[in-house]
Amino acid sequence: MNILVCVARVPDTASRILVAGDGKSIEKQGIKFIVNPYDEFALEEALRLREKNGGTVTAITVGEDISTDVLRTSLAMGVDKAILIKGEEPRDSYYVAKNIANVAKEINPDLILLGKQSVDFDSLQLPSMLGELLGMPSVSVVSALEIKDNQITAERDIEGGKEQVTAKLPAIISAQKGLNDPRYPKLPDIMKAKAKPIDTREAEKTEPMISVISLEIPSRNRLGKVMEATDANIDEIVRLLHVEAKVI
Amino acid sequence: MKNILVYLEIDNNKIKRVSLEAATAAYNLAKSLGAKAIGVAITAQKEIAAKAKEYGLDEIIMVNPPAEGNSSLAVARIVAETAKKESAGCVLFSANATGLETAPRVAVKLEAGYVADCIALQAEGEDITAKKPVYGGKAIAKVKVNTPVKVFSLRPNVFTAAVNPKESEIKEAQISLAAEDFAAKVNKVMKNEGKLDVLEADIIVSGGRGLKEAANYNLIENLAKAMGGAVGASRAVVDAGWRPHSEQVGQTGKTVSPSLYVACAISGAIQHLAGMNGSKYILAINKDKDAPIFKNCDYGLVGDVFEILPKLTEKVGG
Ligand SMILES: Cc1cc2nc3c(=O)[nH]c(=O)nc-3n(C[C@H](O)[C@H](O)[C@H](O)COP(=O)(O)OP(=O)(O)OC[C@H]3O[C@@H](n4cnc5c(N)ncnc54)[C@H](O)[C@@H]3O)c2cc1C
Ligand SMILES: Nc1ncnc2c1ncn2[C@@H]1O[C@H](COP(=O)(O)O)[C@@H](O)[C@H]1O
Repeated sequence: MNILVCVARVPDTASRILVAGDGKSIEKQGIKFIVNPYDEFALEEALRLREKNGGTVTAITVGEDISTDVLRTSLAMGVDKAILIKGEEPRDSYYVAKNIANVAKEINPDLILLGKQSVDFDSLQLPSMLGELLGMPSVSVVSALEIKDNQITAERDIEGGKEQVTAKLPAIISAQKGLNDPRYPKLPDIMKAKAKPIDTREAEKTEPMISVISLEIPSRNRLGKVMEATDANIDEIVRLLHVEAKVI
Repeated sequence: MKNILVYLEIDNNKIKRVSLEAATAAYNLAKSLGAKAIGVAITAQKEIAAKAKEYGLDEIIMVNPPAEGNSSLAVARIVAETAKKESAGCVLFSANATGLETAPRVAVKLEAGYVADCIALQAEGEDITAKKPVYGGKAIAKVKVNTPVKVFSLRPNVFTAAVNPKESEIKEAQISLAAEDFAAKVNKVMKNEGKLDVLEADIIVSGGRGLKEAANYNLIENLAKAMGGAVGASRAVVDAGWRPHSEQVGQTGKTVSPSLYVACAISGAIQHLAGMNGSKYILAINKDKDAPIFKNCDYGLVGDVFEILPKLTEKVGG
């Protein structure tokens, strides 16, 4: 089975986000970038499927030169090949989807794995968009996956429960937490990954479908009424919830 | 201006509340743009579709549920074809499980730009701008869609469903579907019976590592019950296996925006705050007066959850 895993490079979730001078992007200085947490589940699932069924796992990312780092991490985890689609920093999902679709058409993967969302712009659209561009079925937010005789059975999260969806390969799956426990790359593998080749290609440019006008840090002025938990104060909080917040 | 189309999702023989929120947003946009607001629902029952009349739609289109079963690919086809027929310039979904899976496909079919999980929509001249949380809610982006047709999904619980009764016209439409529209199909639905989901709740009571063990979560459940709310959890609690991941609130869990969020024995890590800082009011309970959660709350009680929760439950219930 040949599997393509899409990997995004995002700020570490512990980062403090500040708006850059242009007013519409983030200040990158001092921020550590990592493999999008959901993509780790996608990578792990691909590796487990390969361990079971054989085949090749290819990691792909669309970004600038610097995005090679997430491909190195993917190689260290154990993927066979890595592709960098090099171009400007992605500004909309269509650009990313189009470029991944171009490669998918060439290498014809049986399965494309992604994360359920990238925790930078939280665009929440690549898996279905890619499915539509490639004419492939997709199941998103998957927390359990079984593949037998080209038939996929996937469980995905819905409000108040799960639904089981079936599809035939080739197909697209986006990973939710719970799908598996991603492995940590071992030091020797991290070292070896540094020397592995990265297939670099020029990105196809597209007209941006959406543009960011501005970025702001939400500043909600919270009331901040913090008190010792005496019986009288618990009464006071209950009263405030009733009469001030009017939420209970 | 071209029409505004909204997808009305049916569940349990009712239009989902989140779809009525989107219908109200469609009504408001249509009003400012001088366009028509049109709803599309997959149902054969007029009584079900007619509910949307109360929310100010000019037209409601009913499409028969496909005999082949339930598939988000088929929903995408139905909505996209309806959008073309009704010359929609804008298509709205709720950013719930169905909307998030379907909307990107509709966008590709309509060659439209799509913005997911919006918390505000604004008609500006002929344009529509949207605000959406990014970086896990640490920032808000204002974006504009550059294509003639625009698709948006709206974060549940943020837009209000407001009643604006209208004598909407109800029409039936036929959309032909192909085998490829069922290439992924829902086989089975497993609902957590009787459990309110954090994404749909107006009040959420969440517990953190300070609860010490899974059994103590009954304190959280009791308060949630007394308040009529849902149970949530920090990642520490989910990783420990005390609670399912479906209850995790935060950057790698669910992003929630209830009227009241009660954080019990949760420290207030940045990834947790990212998931709940859209709540209208936050009540924090923690024994450490310097816990970061107290810098991000409206109400706080400094003390032991094991003592406070039973008292609070009694007072709220009483
Ligand atoms: C990539 C990544 C993604 C993450 N995503 C998420 C996410 O989605 N959601 C999330 O929640 N976290 C997430 N985290 C984890 C986050 O950083 C914190 O570790 C986590 O939120 C801590 O959970 P907690 O507040 O329950 O536990 P702790 O930080 O251990 O806090 C426990 C609190 O309980 C208090 N306490 C203890 N005993 C009592 C008592 N008897 N009475 C009152 N108070 C008491 C303590 O004072 C303390 O403040 C993520 C981390 C990473 C690296
Ligand atoms: N620049 C990118 N390169 C490769 N894959 C990406 C990129 N951006 C997003 N993805 C993939 O698409 C998934 C969903 O992201 P999104 O739709 O951007 O929220 C991510 O989890 C990744 O698997």
